[in-house]
Amino acid sequence: MEKVLTKMVGVTNSQDISVYTQNGGYQALPKALKMTPDELIQMMKDAGVRGRGGAGFPTGLKWSFLPKDNPKPRYLLCNADESEPGTFKDRVLMEEDPHQVIEGLIISSFAIKANTCYIYIRGEYVRGAHILRKAIDEAYSKGFLGKNILGSGFDLDITVHRGAGAYICGEETGLIESLEGKRGWPRIKPPFPAVYGVFGCPTIVNNVETLVTPVHIINRGIQWWKDNEPKLYCMSGHLNKPGTYEAKIGTNLLTLINEFGGGIRKGRKLKAVIPGGSSVPVLRADECDVNMDFDSLAKVGSALGSAGCMVMDDTTCMVNSLWNLLKFYAHESCGQCTPCREGGHWLEMVLGRIENGRGRHGDLEMMLETANNIAGRTICPLGDALAWPIAGLPDRNKGGDLNGQSFVNKFRDEFEYHINHKKCMTSIPHEWN
Amino acid sequence: MVLEFSPDNKKEVEWLISRYPRKEAAMLPVLHVAQKQFGYISTEAMELVAKTLELPINRVQDVASFYTMYNEKPVGKYHFQVCHTLACSILGASQVVDYLEEKCKVKCGSGISSDGKFTITRVECLGSCGTAPMLQLNEDYHENLTKADIDKLIANCK
Ligand SMILES: Cc1cc2nc3c(=O)[nH]c(=O)nc-3n(C[C@H](O)[C@H](O)[C@H](O)COP(=O)(O)O)c2cc1C
Ligand code: SF4
Ligand code: FES
Repeated sequence: MEKVLTKMVGVTNSQDISVYTQNGGYQALPKALKMTPDELIQMMKDAGVRGRGGAGFPTGLKWSFLPKDNPKPRYLLCNADESEPGTFKDRVLMEEDPHQVIEGLIISSFAIKANTCYIYIRGEYVRGAHILRKAIDEAYSKGFLGKNILGSGFDLDITVHRGAGAYICGEETGLIESLEGKRGWPRIKPPFPAVYGVFGCPTIVNNVETLVTPVHIINRGIQWWKDNEPKLYCMSGHLNKPGTYEAKIGTNLLTLINEFGGGIRKGRKLKAVIPGGSSVPVLRADECDVNMDFDSLAKVGSALGSAGCMVMDDTTCMVNSLWNLLKFYAHESCGQCTPCREGGHWLEMVLGRIENGRGRHGDLEMMLETANNIAGRTICPLGDALAWPIAGLPDRNKGGDLNGQSFVNKFRDEFEYHINHKKCMTSIPHEWN
Repeated sequence: MVLEFSPDNKKEVEWLISRYPRKEAAMLPVLHVAQKQFGYISTEAMELVAKTLELPINRVQDVASFYTMYNEKPVGKYHFQVCHTLACSILGASQVVDYLEEKCKVKCGSGISSDGKFTITRVECLGSCGTAPMLQLNEDYHENLTKADIDKLIANCK
């Protein structure tokens, strides 16, 4: 398949503005500036673009939530926090093709009538921040940024804002608080950012990959997008060729594993995949014949999330893996809500004791119940993100209770073996070359 | 001791502040500049940031303590931050830590080695899972690590 999002990866000096323009860059921008903002929002709706940051919310719809009569300035915030374990796609876009990102940001800002845009990039991406800053300087010098862009009368400033190590700043209102110079404590919604966002002004927060989509829809058309919708998949874990791969949305997970990812390393057997970043329910090997799009994954009780696929072979201990994830969530809880703060640490502790041969009968039921009591009862979705890997997604037919379909029940024999035998069923230790 | 930004950093800080409608929004970037110059965020560094942004010091403390990248204490000249989250963990992150501890003669999470050179910390996913196991040495990522890579890295830590 022709590469669109990752076309520039591997091109020499792909970060330079001249190389980008020689390869067809900044051609969508003048076309966009001749459209009206409303036409651009309609275009995003017609194309059916859904957010790439995790929740899959329809982008055009989000943009149309901006109040028409609010006189305050508007802001576009590009979410480049990329901290969901298993996710590393935005980094590729920013480091290899920063001008594609900038072109997307200019078009998106114009569409939502924002004159200021911040790229909130995770603090550890020092290289990415540096490359973006340089590219932004180039764009200013060519008249793509600043006042009266390409004679259109539209003004835009973009600034790179570095985070400082906190997963919660990827949550859109945590991001907003952090950008304002505070702790990244998520806000209670409503009001939603579109109405009351950064500095109290109407604000749109979108993922990096989401914000490059208008470039390609303008260049190639809505029909092309619908027929070919490109998506980035982050393939990690026990693969022969892990990496970021561009494929048509809805590519089968087994194709991504076996063809793109080169199959399971050392000829071992596939055991499980977390398909959408660490927060989504795990799939057993026999559930992996699934198309990687929002609806197909929802049907099998998981989610596309951030499209971070963590692939595990038969050497992987599922108790240890879940413990690892809970350590992450307990560490990253911002501490505002009791269920998330206390529940996260408690679950981490119980998993630690099971892993270390001190598990008790009843621990598994208690974990499932605790997870169920956290999900849906917190200010932000980190509480859900912590509960879903343990106990699956909410079930509408059970009044929103979690359906139990994730680590604990799908690999129950392993958890029980740990408790009963005080040791691991998978006695092969993790390897390092 | 009262700290001051170096002339270059002062310029950088002024530029950063100019990019926001409110001064305090420059908090994170200005703390980064402070950490780069002073190595960690001491009380004196917080005082400088507070003065620069015209904020009470407890606002700066509150923020600096929330974010893991701001060091509360001095770290070694070479700070190894090893990702230990799932994708790295199933590909040998703990063995990477063990090997570093042996080579650098300091335990992970226990401050600076006796020669003053090394600090080792475990950190959460660094967005580099496709090239696991990996670590960040000061500002740079090092990926697909082997023992030989680590030997080389340490040999370059002069
Ligand atoms: C705990 C948490 C962490 C998140 N981290 C990120 C992130 O790193 N990057 C991102 O784009 N979205 C992240 N999100 C999702 C954002 O809240 C938001 O939905 C997204 O940026 C919207 O953009 P989109 O509509 O383009 O997907 C996170 C959400 C939660 C609850
Ligand atoms: S759910 Fe957790 S991370 Fe989210 S606001 Fe509450 S305590 Fe903070
Ligand atoms: S799990 Fe180590 S970089 Fe993501």
